[in-house]
Amino acid sequence: MIAAGRIVRLAERDRAAVHFFLDGQMRTALAGDTVLTAMLASGHALRKSEFGPEPRAGFCLMGACQDCWVWQDEGPRLRACSTLIREGMRLRTTPPESWP
Amino acid sequence: MSEASPPRVVIVGAGPAGIRAAATLVEAGLHPVVIDEGQRAGGQIYRRPPAGFTRTVEQLYGSEAAKADALHALFDRLAKEGRLTHCAASSVIAAQDGQLHVLGEGGVQVVFYDRLILATGASDRVAPVPGWQSAGVYSLGAAQIALKAQGVALGRRIVLFGSGPLLTLVGSQLVKAGADVAAVLDTSAWHQQMRGLWQLAARPFVALRGLALRASLGRRYHAGVTLERIEADGQGVTAMRWRDASGRERLTPCDMIGMGWHLRAETHLADLMGCAFTYDEQWRQWLPKTDRMGRAGNGVYLAGDGVRLLGADGAEIAGRLAAAACLADLGHPALAASADLRKLARLERFARGLACAFPWPAAMVRALPDDAIVCRCENVSAADVRQSVDFGGGEANRVKSLSRAGMGRCQGRYCQLAAVELVAAQAGCIPDAVGRFRGQAPVRPAPIGAFLRNG
Repeated sequence: MIAAGRIVRLAERDRAAVHFFLDGQMRTALAGDTVLTAMLASGHALRKSEFGPEPRAGFCLMGACQDCWVWQDEGPRLRACSTLIREGMRLRTTPPESWP
Repeated sequence: MSEASPPRVVIVGAGPAGIRAAATLVEAGLHPVVIDEGQRAGGQIYRRPPAGFTRTVEQLYGSEAAKADALHALFDRLAKEGRLTHCAASSVIAAQDGQLHVLGEGGVQVVFYDRLILATGASDRVAPVPGWQSAGVYSLGAAQIALKAQGVALGRRIVLFGSGPLLTLVGSQLVKAGADVAAVLDTSAWHQQMRGLWQLAARPFVALRGLALRASLGRRYHAGVTLERIEADGQGVTAMRWRDASGRERLTPCDMIGMGWHLRAETHLADLMGCAFTYDEQWRQWLPKTDRMGRAGNGVYLAGDGVRLLGADGAEIAGRLAAAACLADLGHPALAASADLRKLARLERFARGLACAFPWPAAMVRALPDDAIVCRCENVSAADVRQSVDFGGGEANRVKSLSRAGMGRCQGRYCQLAAVELVAAQAGCIPDAVGRFRGQAPVRPAPIGAFLRNG
């Protein structure tokens, strides 16, 4: 079972904190984290599979598999493994219910 | 100026091959455009962390630190001096008739070229194992990128499996960084590994370094394993079920798995450019055809792991050669190539040894249970693929249409080789006869807004 997040920080821990929102809740990451790292530092998945019951947490981390596209509150999606987290980002693990 | 404008040479990819190709063109007085998906040049194996990270090159790249450092410094210097144009964080999504469609943060732009050098690299070659769609299953390359570019392990307790040099390398890198690696499972048996030995002697120091890394894994490493299934609950991976070489059943609890069997050449752009392909029996995949220098015809040149899987050292050489071929075709004086070609031949011998020692697990894929997922994008099962063969025959693109394997967002990059293996088994033919999935533009998903913003 995963207590805090999926990932374990092994190095480079002395970076500035960055705050973002995940499904409406404020979370903290480190400057230079990808969106994938930031989301999995405090969670266990990025999204739900559209074709199966299982959650997904990325696969290749090099922009090839497209498993890690996540939603933003404003609508546009982004590839979590190749986008750096920014202060105030509003990310979602599910599609927005109503389009802005 | 009244003279014709200088030829526009575009390089796709800023890994070892792309950087060497760019430097060779700059030396000849050209100003290449280098388009790369990374935030910073370096490619995957010499990938750099974002700005503000503090580990040294020795910590990041180990025995390859000097090579990585030299490539990064060379590229940064050429970019700073304005001798090349670097389009970072940009994907070429379509290519035709001298035009590339390039997707970046500002939307889709058109970039024109007279000559095109594709140095698109490779990604992990993966084979499906029941349960591999679960959260917490990653490619070996992903585990390495996470460690190198982010300083993180993708789980608290890790099992790695597959075969090839990356399996050992990633395992030892994670152990050294302090990650909890529970097991490293190699599907290649010792006797199979010995078979590649005489060719691996083409690079004795590299082979010895591999053995030393293997030794650092200690009793975590097991050769000749059978992979049964990945156990998972609603949150993701919980354990790996496998059998050791003696057939004993084992269950290793873990929350992360890294998998891979060597590399798969990234060939989608070569395909769009109309390059010819052949099925390589040893690498068990289709590779684009070129001459020894990397010429693919029609002003297209290929270099690096996207055309021949020789690793970073081979990619540097191939990048130089492709640029030399391009320059020669543009009427520049010929550059000496024979020493590079000889080195390449030696690397090729070594790579053949690797392919033989750490083979693609064809029998495992062919015996995949019906309910196992083959295509992770759309959860297409082995049964779906097999039934489509019974219904429509053993041709790759009919199977794709009927089963949707290869039609998802990764465009077959992670399922094609396994799907073709399953189709061949079902149809009673060889994978070569099944054919390969046709590439389609855009070769990366492109948000519709990226086109709209551009007007």
